[in-house]
Amino acid sequence: MSPAELERPLPQPVTPEAKPYWDGLREQKLMLPKCQDCGHCFFYPRILCPRCSSRRIGWIQSSGRGRLFSFEISYQPLNKAFKVKPPYVLAMVELEEGPRLMSNLVGIAADPNLIRCDMPVEVVYEKLNDEFTLPLFRPHAGVGGGRA
Amino acid sequence: MKALSNSACIVGVDESDEIGILPNKSQLALHLEAITNAVRDAGLKVSDVDGVFTAGQHSPSLLGEALGITPRYVDGTTVGGCSFIMMVGHAVAALHHGLCDVAVISHGESGRSGVGVTRSRDTSLSGQFEIPYGFAGAPTYFGMITTRHMHEHGTTLEQWAQVAVSTRKWAVLNPKARNRDPITVADVLGSRPVCYPFNLLNICLVTDAGGAVVLTRADRAKDCAKKPVYVRGAGEATEHVMVTQMRDLTHSEATRMSGEKAFRMAGVERRDFDHIMLYDAFTSGPPIMLESLGFAKRGEGVHFFEEGRSTPGGSLPINTNGGGLSYTHTGMYGIFPIIESTRQLRGECGARQVPNCRMSLVNGMGGMLSAAGTLVLSSER
Repeated sequence: MSPAELERPLPQPVTPEAKPYWDGLREQKLMLPKCQDCGHCFFYPRILCPRCSSRRIGWIQSSGRGRLFSFEISYQPLNKAFKVKPPYVLAMVELEEGPRLMSNLVGIAADPNLIRCDMPVEVVYEKLNDEFTLPLFRPHAGVGGGRA
Repeated sequence: MKALSNSACIVGVDESDEIGILPNKSQLALHLEAITNAVRDAGLKVSDVDGVFTAGQHSPSLLGEALGITPRYVDGTTVGGCSFIMMVGHAVAALHHGLCDVAVISHGESGRSGVGVTRSRDTSLSGQFEIPYGFAGAPTYFGMITTRHMHEHGTTLEQWAQVAVSTRKWAVLNPKARNRDPITVADVLGSRPVCYPFNLLNICLVTDAGGAVVLTRADRAKDCAKKPVYVRGAGEATEHVMVTQMRDLTHSEATRMSGEKAFRMAGVERRDFDHIMLYDAFTSGPPIMLESLGFAKRGEGVHFFEEGRSTPGGSLPINTNGGGLSYTHTGMYGIFPIIESTRQLRGECGARQVPNCRMSLVNGMGGMLSAAGTLVLSSER
């Protein structure tokens, strides 16, 4: 797919400290930075631990499960480079490992009466091109009484 | 901090010659109009200014050059729309220590028309982690705080709409406000959906305007043209930039800290205020700020607006200029609430004047409740 046909702006500029994150997604793995001293798992990737300031940062693979911490429904395109047809769901997901990240909720109608905060979600991978795959999330009928 | 309380005064305030949609005025022109107007309001000359404070695209050195002065103290703190509110505290400290004698804090932004503007933003993290999902613009970030607040505290779309209705009641009384027709809760709920939970009338205006504030030491303020407004307390803090990093999505720690510092420096209690100005980029902002500042329990900040306390004739008037929702909002709104509080404390506000206004609170946010500045302003020492 040529860039002109992409539905989404590519992530840029990619920072060197985030390379393991993007490399993992290419292999359908959601990788998260984790402090090797205090064990704090965090996001976005950076060169030190925001809890204990340690510079010893490793990586773990996330379960890909979490909860929809908050959401919005966009009814109009706000960025010309983003061509997904509205309405679509903007999502803040809190992963089981603790960190929160922004994404989209897919696999459910973009209706505020159907979507609720704290519903269980799981990752699905959206390949943009050979270099970039994004983690999106869909409802997951998991422990905690979630509904799809 | 106590030594700084009441040591300096706001002696001049004004907007640019016009505010609104100004396709024929550059951002720099908006700054210069506001500065010359505010300096005149103070009964001073531009050549008296030796401290320049500004946030945004134009640096304080550019403003000094354009004004033809050589400031001996400058500050370009840019942490969002509250930067100007923080700068009042910075200016008080600089004046107190003799680092400058006449400080001007200036804002100019061609936020609507983009005249004389270079579009460039620090998107290094947003570009990687937010923009590929369709995030763009403040509503797509502040909505996250708002939806979560509704989930945790049971607040409703009807309650947020009350904030827009209350604020519009003040705009009706302000000849400078852009939108002056009264609105109802039904109007807000029926306005165009933009980004749930926000319809169009939950979101601030986007305009072009300038504003400036002039300060000097209290001993010198007596010689200025207008009644001095004392800076009794000032506080600031920053917490995050990316909204995913906010520790508690429904409480602003930066706001709480800035308020605590300002109240302590001023030696005042929350019940001492006659008037409040809060940064209303979105209807959900002011209630959450009241909660974070300790004026209301979690989930109860909206009661100020529902019960009419905030409206004309109410016991605690809020956003009496018509706010970012109905008066003007350029992008970095923070200079305008300082201007309004000063005018209220001077008694210059005509139909919207708050009776016996002696103590005013200004609180503003930068970004998505990311940074915050709070001021306690008083007509008396």
